Amino acid sequence: MKKQHAILMAATFLGLAFVGQAEARDQIRIVGSSTVYPFASYTAEEFGQTTRYKTPVIESTGSGGGMKLFCAGDSMDTPDITNASRRMKAKEFKLCAKNGVNDITEVVIGYDGIVIAQSKGNDNINLTRKEILLAVAAEVPNKDGSKLVPNPYKYWNQINANLPHRPILFYGPPTSSGTRDAFADLVMKKLTKKMDVYTSLYKADKMKNKAYKKYKTIRQDGVYVPSGENDNLIVQKLLKDKSAFGIFGYSFLEENSDRIKGATVEGVTAEPENISSGKYPVSRSLFFYTKNSHASKVPGMNDYVSLFINEQMIGEEGNLSEIGLIPLPKADRNATRHRVVKHIKLTAEDLKKK
Amino acid sequence: MSLHVNQQMKRRYAAEKRFKAYAITALTLAGAFLIFFFADMISKGLPALQQAEILVDVHYNDSSMQNYKKAVDKPLRRIVSRGYLRTLPLYMEDHPELMGTNESRWVLATADVDQYLKGKPHRLKSKYQKQIDGLLKAEKVRLAFNTGFFTRGDSKMAELAGIRSAVIGSIYVLFLTMIFALPIGVMTAVYLEEFAPDNRLTQIIEVNINNLAAIPSILFGLLGLAIFINFFGAPRSSALAGGLTLALMTLPIVIITTRAALQAVPDSIREAAFGLGASRWQTVWHHVLPLAMPGILTGSIIGLAQAMGETAPLLIVGMMAYVPDAPGNIMEAATVLPAQIYTWAGESIRAYEERTAAAILVLLSVLLSLNTMAVYLRKHFEKRW
Repeated sequence: MKKQHAILMAATFLGLAFVGQAEARDQIRIVGSSTVYPFASYTAEEFGQTTRYKTPVIESTGSGGGMKLFCAGDSMDTPDITNASRRMKAKEFKLCAKNGVNDITEVVIGYDGIVIAQSKGNDNINLTRKEILLAVAAEVPNKDGSKLVPNPYKYWNQINANLPHRPILFYGPPTSSGTRDAFADLVMKKLTKKMDVYTSLYKADKMKNKAYKKYKTIRQDGVYVPSGENDNLIVQKLLKDKSAFGIFGYSFLEENSDRIKGATVEGVTAEPENISSGKYPVSRSLFFYTKNSHASKVPGMNDYVSLFINEQMIGEEGNLSEIGLIPLPKADRNATRHRVVKHIKLTAEDLKKK
Repeated sequence: MSLHVNQQMKRRYAAEKRFKAYAITALTLAGAFLIFFFADMISKGLPALQQAEILVDVHYNDSSMQNYKKAVDKPLRRIVSRGYLRTLPLYMEDHPELMGTNESRWVLATADVDQYLKGKPHRLKSKYQKQIDGLLKAEKVRLAFNTGFFTRGDSKMAELAGIRSAVIGSIYVLFLTMIFALPIGVMTAVYLEEFAPDNRLTQIIEVNINNLAAIPSILFGLLGLAIFINFFGAPRSSALAGGLTLALMTLPIVIITTRAALQAVPDSIREAAFGLGASRWQTVWHHVLPLAMPGILTGSIIGLAQAMGETAPLLIVGMMAYVPDAPGNIMEAATVLPAQIYTWAGESIRAYEERTAAAILVLLSVLLSLNTMAVYLRKHFEKRW
């Protein structure tokens, strides 16, 4: 009898023990993009090892998921920092403001290039963004460019006679991925928003054809194969399937340069110099956002941020460049530091321009 | 007539042979998959048990306090793991008596050196390759047993990465799962089996429990997020949130196996107890439960083993995170072994491949021993009637 009571009591106590906890915290909490995750966790580890603070906890939730958690409120059970492989959206900024998160600083840490890679045995190939668009879009202009038709292309030489007779096949990230968003933005949206054959549909019926304003729908007839968030898997598939192309972040190309190689895009090779100078067209900036109201309550938060933006981390010879971060130009690095030191608040206007 | 019978016999024998052949093929196929999987994992994972080390003179002095790279001689700075060097300033602060001395010791080499020595793809420049070859001749480089893999937590430097924090996280989570799921599950089963009347209500409960055992585990993650984190305020990513969530998932399994074990106890035992004047409670507590115990334990262990390998619900409650420090209590952020494997599998650095495989081997051996224990308990304590 006694024993049974003891067990029940213990269970009840444990159940009640955690109610009302979670106010004070001595560990930085970070969420956000899986692309920034390797850089953030590297910095977090450095921070934990070289200071007496605890190592921050970093969750890889994707850029959008991170924003949602970050903007959920100002209390201590929300994250202090969110990483993003794209800029905060105006919508997300509004959500933040609505939930009392008003003092945010935006920190740009560097670039990431998205590569179109293939197995090493193939001939070098040069693709234009237009050709890639025609290969992956669900609907493409017909021969005379007068209207949209479901994508008929099966071989690269159907798009451009100079390209090889090679089946079109892409292994790429799924819809939840920031890499896919960036790919769709940089390759598809950037072109389609200036192509009349897409935009005229939007103009004809703005409500019904909203998707055609900046068209970025990827075809679903098996030519583009979504391959999960794990980019190593895409590398494996490229090795098996020699004719296929893979879409992923530059760091994976660098790490696997003995067995895969990147296609040149509009004549530009995916190399750190080209990506950081902006010559390579499929590249994006990486960010993190800090919740400044937490800075005084979470020990070490400011130190973590200053370690991250230190030349030793994000500089040209910095540690993060060794694991694939492409550094910002020097002036931009200084601008980033200036924003952090001065605690410059992010405003709705900041997010509009660009 | 007899010809007809003979033909029929032949057909029947042939059918039997065919059936046997199908079964054997299926078995060989399953066996081949298993062997392939194990051989692949073992051949990939075993190299991770060794790690490259370099014999260097470490200088403890003010200049290495200022810049930790100066603690070793210049030519070695690129091949000694920075993960070791960066800990030196704090180490010297804690041991002021070392200042001004030199120490010759084996320290970790970078992952590239390690991969080079193991003959795997690496990015070591040819200059350093020559240097390593030279050091190898002088016996100043070696592959030593990788204790760090078991004593250190996750790291972004492949040479430092270990499973300690994940293992401790798994232990916390499993412990919590056990202390919540077992008592509640067993009590529920005892009530349903021994006390509850057989009416519409208990039938509905029964159907629901069976149904719960079959739903995808990620739904339990969503439930855990809603109840334990959002409502009760358990800290996100904590072992508490994870353990309770997995307890929810394990509960139906415990209830179902416990009920089966109780049903297997023959009614003659209960009737004998009642006949001697025992109350229902005494019957259950003194006779039925002890007899059903081996079955209950077996089921519970299998349920726990399943919980141990689970990742989907933990993803939702935030345990798929970068947690290099082992948690000190159940409220702190923690990760678990399968989550660690998932994280490593996604790393771009190739040296993680062997560590992923080695972590899988560790997980497999733990699961194997849990399941063996379940079989052992069943074989040794089970009563046949």
